[in-house]
Amino acid sequence: MKARVTIMPQAAVLDPAGVATAQAIEHLGINGVRSVRIGKSIDLDIEGATQEQLHQICRDLLSNPVIEDYHLEILS
Amino acid sequence: MHCAVLQFPGSNCDNDALVALRSFQGITAKLVWHQETSLNGFDAIILPGGFSYGDYLRCGAIARFSPIMKALRQAADEGKLILGICNGFQILCEAGFLPGTLIRNRKLLFRCESVILRVEENETPFTNKCTPGQLLRLRIAHGEGCYTADEKTLKELEEYHQILFRYCDNQGELTTAANPNGSMENIAGICNRQRNIVGLMPHPERACEALLGGTDGRFVFESMLSSFAGKEN
Repeated sequence: MKARVTIMPQAAVLDPAGVATAQAIEHLGINGVRSVRIGKSIDLDIEGATQEQLHQICRDLLSNPVIEDYHLEILS
Repeated sequence: MHCAVLQFPGSNCDNDALVALRSFQGITAKLVWHQETSLNGFDAIILPGGFSYGDYLRCGAIARFSPIMKALRQAADEGKLILGICNGFQILCEAGFLPGTLIRNRKLLFRCESVILRVEENETPFTNKCTPGQLLRLRIAHGEGCYTADEKTLKELEEYHQILFRYCDNQGELTTAANPNGSMENIAGICNRQRNIVGLMPHPERACEALLGGTDGRFVFESMLSSFAGKEN
């Protein structure tokens, strides 16, 4: 099964890299930056994995529920 | 007191911890590779600093699945003393031994410098040789040391007196300027409710020799030793 996992910092959690990138956009001469949040995208291809197993991987390894949310998208 | 210093791929303060521990009369110390499955015979376990598994995914996230971690859980349940320093603190949080987590420093800088800590609790096996409010000067060296937890967790940490160390200025004031990484509530180190597991970002093992700039780290190990001796008697 192929899946794409998107992991994002939770809204309430400080994202210093996002803040720094927002400032860089301003330096690029583009104003009006409201928010930049940096997460990560992970592609998985696991033979015979069930959806529940994929969620387990997301929950227990790929994301930290204290600071991040994940979104699991089944590709095929 | 027999101490195990866990070695993960990418640990780099393991030998510093070993040398520091062995400078105490009454402490023996041995490295234990992360593939080992038993911590029998050890009274205390140190998770040293470094970059376990290259900090891939998140700091400490992959070390959590090392075989030795099952033995660590057992040791924790038996009430053995467990001390996580820097990356060791990150691993303890990721593995659920301690609440909250450590994220990128607020200003994004890797901070490598001396900091001052205020001892908030001295009735623990790791701080019983300190006086309440005592200031300790220790070194930090980290890029991801910003302690973060939700409001409920922070409240519980306060309520159960689990915050052991906070960053402060040389007057003991908890200022923003004295906080090197943006940690919530200036938190530098915490313990679990049972008080046998501690994690902190600063390095007590790097402050055990006057020749190397200070000996305030010795308070932590002397406290552990004293607590262990108390249990033995």
